[in-house]
Amino acid sequence: MRTLEQTTQEVLALASKHFKVAEGSLHAQDDFYKKLGIDSLQALDMLSRLENHFQIELPDYEVQGVSDFKTLAERIQARL
Amino acid sequence: MLDLRKYSSIGESLRAALDTFSNEMCLIESDRGEEKLLLTYKGFKERALPLAKGLQELGVSAGDRVSIIMTNQSKWLISAYALFYCGGTMVPLDFKLKPEEHWQLLKHSSASVLITEYGIWRQLSASPARAEVHNVKQVLVTEAPADADLLGAQRWEKTQGTGQPVFVERKRQDLASIVYSSGTGGSPKGCMLTHENYLEQCTALTAWYPFWPGARYLSILPTNHSIDFMVGFFGPFVCGAAVVHLRTLRPEFVREAFAKYQITYVTLVPLVLKNLQKGLQARFDELPASKRRAFEAMRKINVTLTKDRPRLALSRRLLKQVHERFGGKLEAIIVGGAFSEPQTLQFFYDLGIPVVNAYGLTEGGTGVTVNDLKPFRADTVGKPLPGIEVRISSPDADGIGEVAVRGKTVMAGYLNDPEMTAETIVDGWLMTGDMGRFDPKGHLQLFGRKKNMIVTEEGKNVYAEDVESAFENLRVKEFCVFAANYIWPQRTMVAEQLVLVIHLEPGQAFTEELKNEITARNNRLTNYKRVHGIVLYQEDFPLTASLKVIRKVLAQRLGNLERGKAVLPI
Repeated sequence: MRTLEQTTQEVLALASKHFKVAEGSLHAQDDFYKKLGIDSLQALDMLSRLENHFQIELPDYEVQGVSDFKTLAERIQARL
Repeated sequence: MLDLRKYSSIGESLRAALDTFSNEMCLIESDRGEEKLLLTYKGFKERALPLAKGLQELGVSAGDRVSIIMTNQSKWLISAYALFYCGGTMVPLDFKLKPEEHWQLLKHSSASVLITEYGIWRQLSASPARAEVHNVKQVLVTEAPADADLLGAQRWEKTQGTGQPVFVERKRQDLASIVYSSGTGGSPKGCMLTHENYLEQCTALTAWYPFWPGARYLSILPTNHSIDFMVGFFGPFVCGAAVVHLRTLRPEFVREAFAKYQITYVTLVPLVLKNLQKGLQARFDELPASKRRAFEAMRKINVTLTKDRPRLALSRRLLKQVHERFGGKLEAIIVGGAFSEPQTLQFFYDLGIPVVNAYGLTEGGTGVTVNDLKPFRADTVGKPLPGIEVRISSPDADGIGEVAVRGKTVMAGYLNDPEMTAETIVDGWLMTGDMGRFDPKGHLQLFGRKKNMIVTEEGKNVYAEDVESAFENLRVKEFCVFAANYIWPQRTMVAEQLVLVIHLEPGQAFTEELKNEITARNNRLTNYKRVHGIVLYQEDFPLTASLKVIRKVLAQRLGNLERGKAVLPI
């Protein structure tokens, strides 16, 4: 079982790889819309990749209003 | 299609539709590519009537307000029909709002019953705002796990009365719904829509774009939104068509659904349309040179042959692979909710996929003008729908003025706000706050806004005043949020942004600390509600006797500043 810290690091690594930003430039508290300059559809695309990576399903309502990596990682952790 | 002139309410016409189209496919619900539910109209009725009876046993009767907070799914529509059967008034809320915003609107609407999904209910019940709302007496939750703590709610699935419910008649002028067009931060704008508003809007829309048994509508926009309620529920149902719901709106499942369910119509907001364009263009760019040339040649032929009107059968043959990706049955993509860029609309039309650009607002009962494709026009939002009058109020030298709307689709007013109603509906005309003009062919073209608000590409309306609570008690003398285009009017409706105007205390400096605080507060707002810049203003804000900022005057004064220099990006 992953710890929340591990989950968070994996979320950050996947986001930096998918959106081609330098690894280490993203932090747990970052607002991913702002930091990555993405729109809501791109955020949904990122969620699909995270679901595949963690082998979980995140219902749409679970991630509504979530805009920082930390909260996103917590929601994922709750489903692991 | 049913002749809606014969009916006096949504409930009555839906009741007739369920009997008329009994054996037709009514609902398809899919989750991550798997079909979870298929319902005929008969099956829909069999699920809805016990719920209606259950609601009646809970005491729901004529005029009672029942709120629905759900993602797009079959239980949304079943609940809506059941509450209309009981004569109730629907209060549909956007499930994407935050719990405290939901509670604010539940309170404002005086809803006595809430129907929601268990996952949403968990978040709602954990919110401290729950304690301040006393009008919601019953909560029905769907899909709660067997061992779940219902937190004071009861199971939707178990809310089934025995025996036949009593159908409650409503008159055309009775209130059918309260739809919030915005206002979760400041003063809620609850549009009171009557049964007549819906019946007339449906008649007008289907006169140009009819549904029929066998047609399939892909419901993507949230059903609480007036557009989806009309074209993703009421319209298809009174025509015997089917509605397709996807429980997960990830782009890959949406793309797949077009082909899998051979969709006939879909309504998209500009952001999603642009995303589809991007995906298609990327595929075209990957084609080997020879195939690319052949594709371009076919596209050119299609452009020539569809200049005057769409020729779907021909386009489907010429550009077979593109159309197959959309299922091969797509009649049109309806685009609304926000301003669409003409080049995006043209991109699809050139591929033989008609895009119907439309303009409307909840206050006007949804659609006001729609493109009739005779011929296709990418640069307009179409012509007024049958029965809806549109005029340009106080036009300037270029013929541009405020778009005003009159007709039986215009709302009755804003709930609990006669003052705002009087400002918005003047001598029977709905003043939209949008600026436009008619071209010589009678098409409406839009050129910016008169209102202090923005509409995002996702179709979200954000009123500047509603964002201000995020900056309450900010350590400055005074502040105000504006739509940048309200201060510096533009003849465009794309890339609209909000700005925070601050007036510092005498001697106060605009420090890094203050900037960080503004940024932190801004980031707590939902992403589409955030301000994009700060304007430092040196003078006192003009105030009314009751110390409210006179926004119009302040905006005029700010307009003397040079936008490029005045706005400091956040």
